[in-house]
Amino acid sequence: MNARLKNSKGDIIFVIMNTMFLIIVTIIVLYPLIFVLSASFSDPMMVMTGKVRFFPKEPTLQAYKIVFRNEDILTGYKNTFLYTITGTLVNLIMTIAGAYPLSRKDFYGRNVLTLFFTITMFFSGGLIPTYLVIRQLGLYNNFWVMILPGAVSVWNMFIMRAFFQNSIPVELEEAAFIDGCNNIGILFKIVLPLSVPIIAVMVMYYGVGHWNAYFTALIYLKDRRKFPLQLILREILLQNQMAEMTGGETLVSQQLFAESIKYAVIVVASVPVLLLYPFLQKYFVKGVMVGAIKG
Amino acid sequence: MAEVSLDNKIKKQKKSTKVKKAAIRRNWDLYVLITPVVIYFLIFKYWPMYGVQIAFKDFIANKGIWGSPWRGFKHFRRFFRSYHFWPLIRNTVGISVYQLAVGFPIPIIFALMLNEVKNEKFKKSVQTITYAPHFLSTVVLVGMMTAMLSPKNGIVNEFIKLLGKEPIYFMAEANWFKTVYVWSGIWQNTGWNSIIYMAALAGIDPQLYEAAIVDGASKWQRMWNITIPGILPTAITLLILNTGRIMNVGFEKVFLMQNGLNLTSSEVISTYVYKAGLIGAEYSFSAAVGLFNSIINFILLITVNKISRKTTETSLW
Repeated sequence: MNARLKNSKGDIIFVIMNTMFLIIVTIIVLYPLIFVLSASFSDPMMVMTGKVRFFPKEPTLQAYKIVFRNEDILTGYKNTFLYTITGTLVNLIMTIAGAYPLSRKDFYGRNVLTLFFTITMFFSGGLIPTYLVIRQLGLYNNFWVMILPGAVSVWNMFIMRAFFQNSIPVELEEAAFIDGCNNIGILFKIVLPLSVPIIAVMVMYYGVGHWNAYFTALIYLKDRRKFPLQLILREILLQNQMAEMTGGETLVSQQLFAESIKYAVIVVASVPVLLLYPFLQKYFVKGVMVGAIKG
Repeated sequence: MAEVSLDNKIKKQKKSTKVKKAAIRRNWDLYVLITPVVIYFLIFKYWPMYGVQIAFKDFIANKGIWGSPWRGFKHFRRFFRSYHFWPLIRNTVGISVYQLAVGFPIPIIFALMLNEVKNEKFKKSVQTITYAPHFLSTVVLVGMMTAMLSPKNGIVNEFIKLLGKEPIYFMAEANWFKTVYVWSGIWQNTGWNSIIYMAALAGIDPQLYEAAIVDGASKWQRMWNITIPGILPTAITLLILNTGRIMNVGFEKVFLMQNGLNLTSSEVISTYVYKAGLIGAEYSFSAAVGLFNSIINFILLITVNKISRKTTETSLW
């Protein structure tokens, strides 16, 4: 292979151009992230006057001190943790409960049920009818509105089913059955221990979804004490957006406050997810592939 | 003869019902297991579908979905005649088509380029970095855009000023809305969207390449005759799915990027449904708008799927 590369001038030029292009793309993706990180550790005045380019200017932890003293942010953080943990747990239980029976060839009714689930991928009641149903269920401004309406994703359930079908040897299940194990026993003793990769993928997909969600909270939560972090973030990052863009002046102190903590807030809200995902990377690539083969 | 086979058929059926009954009895716990999932879909998916009928009614809260009086196509007519109609369609379709035209080929090109990299470490680093923005929330993304594109102290405008040009109010100018929306999406999702193509590329039989090299095929010939056909089914499947979502410009990001100044190009159907329905409490009218949107989507999906099945033999069903 190497000898061949050396033989062709065109190939060498191609490899160099290709590598350079990828490096440029990577820098374009990375730069805004680094900028945010640097700005969050810089003196607010330096950020406001546009002095921060790459590295932090006049490093300080001031912004983080303000962030971690802010009542709203702390409550939002706590709520988001609760929603994410409870929500992901419910998601996992429901997804497995749906996927496992569907993965069994001797489960009568699986075709009808698959159709029953698939229909919801193409048809939905839409925003307003869903809203009316949720109000009628008494979920409006209720903790569980952040958990229940999105309890299962059909797509994820089908990915999980595909994994159960393709990666767990049927012989193992049959052997356990002959040993007198019932279905639930097989699920817990054999299937789930062999499904760690797909469970990791699901935790990732669902968890990130909960962590980043704001729409459900925006339409169904009224009580500020129940707001997740993303809604608080929206207020801080985007509330004086108009004044910012039109060049109009809000109260100077207020603007300085918002300006100085913007980047720190972004970092605080994104770090948990960004730290977690590289560890799960090898799993979620697998997850996308299972989905791709299936779809 | 015919009678015998009929007899056999009935016997078989009887036998299969017996097997079926035995299996159902044996697997009763699987049915218990799946019951909550079925109930979830009935309540949160099918009940709202049943509620779609309010689009043809005048919804009155204390009469409920069923008790409210029928009004036929009144709300649809009102929507088609309103002066919002064409601007909404234009914005929604405009953003989607722009998004599709740029967002569909770029991940493919990116995956093809990444696939040519032989150094595993470099490849892995590029992947890890380019996947990262996918995990940022929409609120954070739009917050970053607002800050970095600000005409007063945003880093992008600092560079523009450095070049001696006037700063641009990216987030406030209606003309910039689509471009900012689409390219920020490219920044966030190109890496992530390329994963599926990387998977398709990994599935191509390496022997094909070896044979082509032996036959003296150039790099371009190999790409054109092996690589591209190898990922085509994946690409077409995604194209069909995306086309079926043309009228679904995501609410979350548009809503956050929206402000009074860019409204002429940023008001799309989903934000309009939200405002008319939940802020204005015109439940029936906005349910009708939402239904109209879903129907167009579904027609598009079926049409594209049909065209694809005829021309490329790849289809969703």
